[in-house]
Amino acid sequence: MWRILRQIARNGIRSEAPPAGNDALRVDGEQIQREILAILGQALSIREVDAGSCNACELEINALNNPYYNIEGLGIRFVASPRHADMLLVTGPVARNMELALRRTYEATPAPKLVVAVGDCGCDGGIFGEGYASCGRVANVIPVDVAVPGCPPEPIEILRGILTAVRRGRQG
Amino acid sequence: MLIAQFIEDLEHLPGPLPMHYRTVRADTWRRVAQAVSEAGGRLLSLWGSDRTRGASGSLVISAAYVVREGLLWLDLPLGERSVIDPQHPSYPDLVPFFPCAAHLQRAAADLLGVVAEGATDRRAWLNHGAWPANWHPLRRQDPHPGLPAAQEVTDYAFVRVAGDGVHEIPVGPVHAGIIEPGHFRFSVVGEKVLRLEQRLGYKHKGIEKRFTELPPLAANRLAGRISGDSTVAYAWSYCMALESLASCEIPERACWLRALLLERERVANHLGDLGALGNDAAFAFGLAQFSRLREDWLRLAKEAFGHRLMMDGIVPGGVASDIDRSSADRLFRQCDSVEREVLQLQQVYDEHSGLQDRFMTTGRVTPELASQLGLTGLAGRASGQAVDLRCDQPWAPYDRLQVKIATCSDGDVAARVMVRFAEISESLRLLRVILCRLSEGAGETRRELRLPAKAALGAGWVEGWRGEVFVALEWDGENGSNGIRRCHIHDPSWQNWPVLVHAVIGNIVPDFPLINKSFNLSYSGHDL
Ligand code: SF4
Repeated sequence: MWRILRQIARNGIRSEAPPAGNDALRVDGEQIQREILAILGQALSIREVDAGSCNACELEINALNNPYYNIEGLGIRFVASPRHADMLLVTGPVARNMELALRRTYEATPAPKLVVAVGDCGCDGGIFGEGYASCGRVANVIPVDVAVPGCPPEPIEILRGILTAVRRGRQG
Repeated sequence: MLIAQFIEDLEHLPGPLPMHYRTVRADTWRRVAQAVSEAGGRLLSLWGSDRTRGASGSLVISAAYVVREGLLWLDLPLGERSVIDPQHPSYPDLVPFFPCAAHLQRAAADLLGVVAEGATDRRAWLNHGAWPANWHPLRRQDPHPGLPAAQEVTDYAFVRVAGDGVHEIPVGPVHAGIIEPGHFRFSVVGEKVLRLEQRLGYKHKGIEKRFTELPPLAANRLAGRISGDSTVAYAWSYCMALESLASCEIPERACWLRALLLERERVANHLGDLGALGNDAAFAFGLAQFSRLREDWLRLAKEAFGHRLMMDGIVPGGVASDIDRSSADRLFRQCDSVEREVLQLQQVYDEHSGLQDRFMTTGRVTPELASQLGLTGLAGRASGQAVDLRCDQPWAPYDRLQVKIATCSDGDVAARVMVRFAEISESLRLLRVILCRLSEGAGETRRELRLPAKAALGAGWVEGWRGEVFVALEWDGENGSNGIRRCHIHDPSWQNWPVLVHAVIGNIVPDFPLINKSFNLSYSGHDL
């Protein structure tokens, strides 16, 4: 046990200030939390759906859970079911074999049903494009609120995209 | 075991590893399979290609074996042998010799319409109904059929387990966590797993066909996106295959830089997995610590190579960029600090009885079973299979590094954790040797690649963090066509997914995520 405590003590708190949303303003964690609460009345619940990625986008989404980004601290959490989700975070070009599963997940998600497409693949099909087995971009299959370019986008960009969608959700 | 014993007139493929090629007839195809299997060799991959040109040529089935002297790539043209069914030319089944051929053969049937004679399982594997069963994406002449609307995927004939109190738990394709999609069907009694059947292929997006649509000198980007966690291993394999068919030898410094990226990729993945494995055993501290180390690791990669995952760092003919002295110093110092921390965390993991309790004896694959089923790569080494390409066929610069292989014979989650710790430590040692070499001087890092004005074959073969990654490339430089005719990709997950099924039997359902994570197989690298 003392080893664990020593390791924790030595490394301290590594969380960094979260990024600004679409506007250039840099907002602090508290403000983001307040915004999320104001818009949704609760923490933001995200269901991640890999619709055909190369898995690097998942690596970077997973990185959001590391201590530097501290997204739980911002009131954002990943949930296991679309029925509990406010937002779908979708990666990849949509593989035809995943088309139906993605539509189903979208249908099962309650309002506000925000959708963030992550990565060049999600934005425009990326290097895989459209073909006999790929439907291309996510918007070809379900409506998309915000698309985050990058291959893969860095965790901070993904977080920015999530916050932008939350703000747009309020305006829309 | 000598390759020459079973087969003569081998063509040597240029490249840094010993790779041999030969066209055979059906009787030799069968004879070699048996001989390789009896001699303890392995089936690395199996795939089909369309080599028709107008009225000549034929469909071809290929197999790549690993024997002591290196790689053996055999082509079997499937001409007029189509006695059983003219639509579906056939070839001798390899499953009796190599069980791991089963899924590969089903995939070849979907993609090219060639079937294994007498194969018992003919269910489609990659085609979930997204394209017509009688249309084969890798065939040349067939016009595109137009695509049917999204279909139900419930018609897959899962094997049922009958018996008192047996029930089924279907999971996926969309999973609860942030992981790739696939379907698992458990047959359980109470909490105990009697049988697990997998259905994969959800992420199939036509990568092999896509390769034929891209210019060869740019397709390394696609190779780097086959399985993002192995972007370096794939980019290296693809480039090696291209360099092989162009007989291009890359500069020495480029070899060292490629190994620098590959070993950093290994460490990055092992760090991530060790954290996730702690977390799956309810030890969140492990996740916090290892994910922090991984983040530091990726951030420095971004500074040194311009990309957190080092994508597109390996290019045909060499590498995209060099590192300077000060980057080399910082990368070196990071190896020291990560080593210190990982050692401490390893002690924490070793001494944590709750963690060890979850890890030990869980998801066990005995060395006997591993060898019988062809378990490979990291998971194979944790089940006593002493196979590591960096040691067995040390290509440059591994021929100067004397990599120490990490193995364990327990075959449980604890063994796969242990091998990861050992491999991090060995990779950190290698990285420091490599960095010393690189800071000694500068030099050429990329050579121009001239693709031949004729048809040519090339192969690339690299030990990625998960296991051996293999690329077989067919180039058409005749009459100015200048294109990739066929690019076959192989991920070690093909061998290991079917073994996971065995690892789970007798365990409880709640341990599945932990066992699955301890293998950490690729869906995208398998589904293609
Ligand atoms: S955007 Fe890039 S990293 Fe993300 S899934 Fe596509 S290829 Fe992979």
